[in-house]
Amino acid sequence: MHCQAPIHQALDALDRRLIDSYQRGLPVCNRPFHTVAERLGTSEAEVISRLERLQEMGVLSRVGPVFDHARAGASLLAAVAVPEAERDAFAELINAAPGVNHNYAREHDFNLWFVMTAPDEPELEARLDALEARLGVPILRLPMLEGYHIDLSFPIPWAELERA
Amino acid sequence: MSVSTCPSRPAPRREAVEAAVPTPDAGGLDAADRAIVLATQAGLPLVPDPWGAVGREVGMSGAEVLERMQAMQESGVIRRVAAVPNHYRLGYVANGMTVWDVDDAQIDRLGREVAAIEGVSHCYRRPRHLPHWPYNLFAMLHGRNREEVERQAAVLRQRLGEACRDHRILYSTRILKKTGLRLAGSRPSTAPTDTQRRG
Repeated sequence: MHCQAPIHQALDALDRRLIDSYQRGLPVCNRPFHTVAERLGTSEAEVISRLERLQEMGVLSRVGPVFDHARAGASLLAAVAVPEAERDAFAELINAAPGVNHNYAREHDFNLWFVMTAPDEPELEARLDALEARLGVPILRLPMLEGYHIDLSFPIPWAELERA
Repeated sequence: MSVSTCPSRPAPRREAVEAAVPTPDAGGLDAADRAIVLATQAGLPLVPDPWGAVGREVGMSGAEVLERMQAMQESGVIRRVAAVPNHYRLGYVANGMTVWDVDDAQIDRLGREVAAIEGVSHCYRRPRHLPHWPYNLFAMLHGRNREEVERQAAVLRQRLGEACRDHRILYSTRILKKTGLRLAGSRPSTAPTDTQRRG
C-alpha cells in the first residue's frame, strides 16, 4: 500500500508549471534558471529554491542531463526465474554484478528483471556469462530489436490527481 | 527452469534506457566530456551559474562546460537537460510491464500504433525465447492503481486484435535497485531504493 499523503496537494500552481514546462527540457544557456524565471514571471532565486524543494520532496528525481541510449554503450533487459523464497539473495548477487543498474521484482515465473550495461557488446556478453555462472540459473536475454516509443516523460494530469 | 537460447540470437542492441552509460567510443566523448558527464549525471548544482560550478569541479571554465553540454546535446549524446519527475512519488505506483505475442509480419505497424496509446511510456520489440518466453512486444504502462493499468492494457489488447496470440501483465512488486546513469567510479545518482514498494 502507498501510505504517503498525496504529494500533489503540496504543490502549488508555480511548482506544477515548473514540472510541466521543464520535464521535456531546460534551456542550455548562461544562467538557465534566470531564463526559466523570466518565462514564468518570477525570480531566479524563486526558481532555484522551488527546484531544490521539489528535489528534496522527491517529486523531481534530479535536474540535469538525460543521456541517450543510442549513444551509450551496450545494454539489455535480462530476467531470471528463481525460487521466490530465495529471491532477495539472488537479487543481491545481481545487484553486486558490474553494470547492473535496474532490478525489479515482478509477478511471473521470471521474477527478477534487470538491466545489464557494459562499455561494448563483447563486454556485455562477458558480464552476462559471468553472472549466469555465479547465479547458476539461465539468464533470459532480451535485447531491444526495435524501439517504437522511448519518451520517458508524460504529461501529468493534475486535475485527475485532485479528483482521485 | 531452463531458458532455451536461440543459437541465432541476434547481437545485443543498445537498450533504450536512460541508465545506459556513455563510453569514450560512443558518441565521440573525450575525457573532458566524460568528466562533465560524471559531474552532472546525479543532477546539476542548483545555483545561478551551474556550468561555472561544474567547471570548478572538473577544472575547466563554465563557458567550456556550457559549450560541451551544447555539443553533446547537438550530437544526441544528451537527449535533454530537464527537471526529471519521479512519477512514483506523484502517485503512479502501479507499474505494469505488458508483454505480447504478436504476429511478426505485423509487429512493426502494431508496435508504432501501441506506442502512441496514452499511458505507454515505452514500447519495444524484443526476441522470443521459446518455449518459455513467447512474447515479442513490450509496452510499459503506468497508473495510480492496477485497475488503471488493466484498463490501458484492454485498450492495447483491442488494438492488437487477432495479431496477438497471448499476453501478460507483469507488475513490479519491488524495486531492488534503481540507479540513474552511472559511469565507473562515480557516485550513484539515486540511492538504491530497496525498501520502496510498488503497488
